[in-house]
Amino acid sequence: MTPLAQLLEAALFSASRPLTADELATLDPDATPADVRVALEQLREHYDFNQHGIELVELAGGYQILTRPVYAAAIERAQFSVRTPKLTAATLETLAVIAYRQPVGRIEIEEIRGVSAAGVLRSLQERGLIEVVGRSEALGRPLLYGTTPLFLELLGLGDLADLPKAEELTIALRPHRAVAEGLDDAAAYVEAES
Amino acid sequence: MDHLSAVAETEAPAQTLGVGSGFVIELEAFSGPLDLLLHLLREEQIEIADIPIAGIADQFLQAIHELGLNQAADYLDMASRLVRLKAQMLLPRQSEDDGWEDPRAELVRRLLEYQQIREVAVWLGRSAERRAEQFARGYLPPPPALPLPPLTLNLIDLLSAVERVLAGIPFPVLHRVVARPLDVESATRRIEGLLAEQEEIRWLDALGSEPTIVDVLSTLLALLELAKRGTLRLLQPTPFSPMVIARDAARSVA
Repeated sequence: MTPLAQLLEAALFSASRPLTADELATLDPDATPADVRVALEQLREHYDFNQHGIELVELAGGYQILTRPVYAAAIERAQFSVRTPKLTAATLETLAVIAYRQPVGRIEIEEIRGVSAAGVLRSLQERGLIEVVGRSEALGRPLLYGTTPLFLELLGLGDLADLPKAEELTIALRPHRAVAEGLDDAAAYVEAES
Repeated sequence: MDHLSAVAETEAPAQTLGVGSGFVIELEAFSGPLDLLLHLLREEQIEIADIPIAGIADQFLQAIHELGLNQAADYLDMASRLVRLKAQMLLPRQSEDDGWEDPRAELVRRLLEYQQIREVAVWLGRSAERRAEQFARGYLPPPPALPLPPLTLNLIDLLSAVERVLAGIPFPVLHRVVARPLDVESATRRIEGLLAEQEEIRWLDALGSEPTIVDVLSTLLALLELAKRGTLRLLQPTPFSPMVIARDAARSVA
């Protein structure tokens, strides 16, 4: 391994979160982004080729050293670490809506899921999986939510482009629609009712 | 966890309470009315695009009743929409009426959209499980579960909650709690009065006529207190014989 690869390995080993290529580049002022990429690739190959128990994973726009899945059961049995608990159906559905529709407001989420979303949104926000990314221009200026890097980390995704594409789903995604339009629909519905 | 299980145990009888008890039992099995609706359609092997509204509306109402979801707003909202659609479908229409829009269109669109979100949710769940198979450095054991936050409610809330619970009990058994303090002082006076007249009295004399449990306890405490002060002496000549209460310990010994 090159000295740069060794330096990156030390930095990644010391970190408890994924480090981006930009962050890693600050370690050595002489290293170009291309150098960092090459060194990271070298590190990844080193772990794979020499059959290490750890691997270099691209996660949430950065890089992180993780144990290989094959050892999960043994590590957990010895209680050195525990798996993250499974997410509930309500949590996953809400995350699915937000991931594809962000920025998206509570009303649209509730319309799609057919249940109130306030509680799930609050707990997702507390866990840092979603965040407020703005306010809609619609009446009452409702909050708009988006996913965070922690969401990508939890799901093991590099970035949002790793989510399944519309054509990979059994049913095509509805084209993104402005939140304001959704509110107009709701208003029209109320008028029709009265 | 212990808190929750304890609560569940004490609330177990609540499930036998009648209608209007105010308890909503949320089932984990369905994550919402659309989920339940999809489940019913799958069971009947019906295409979403061709929902027989009348039949499904009835099944939905029956299902939420059986599952105890008929008080949950989200499910009630869907139920009312279905009933409304059922009525719309019954309205007569002319066959050549081109302007007719299928009233089911909105529901079909929502179901398809929801089904798609479910598909993504399953994908996300699998991804999260795969990621959970790999550990990063810096693992910290999860913090112990925090105790439940203290309740913040006012007296009105509390009283109305009590009323709600009481209303659901078929035959409430209420105990009136009244203060019945032990009257040691008057028992002391009674014993002193008796000992002023006689040198020795029996336990039953000391109790007075028609003693209640409170009188017995008060008398016992009074006797013990007087014996401690040395005013009287408690004697039991043989085991299990009646207690003899004697005036002035020193003289009786002499």
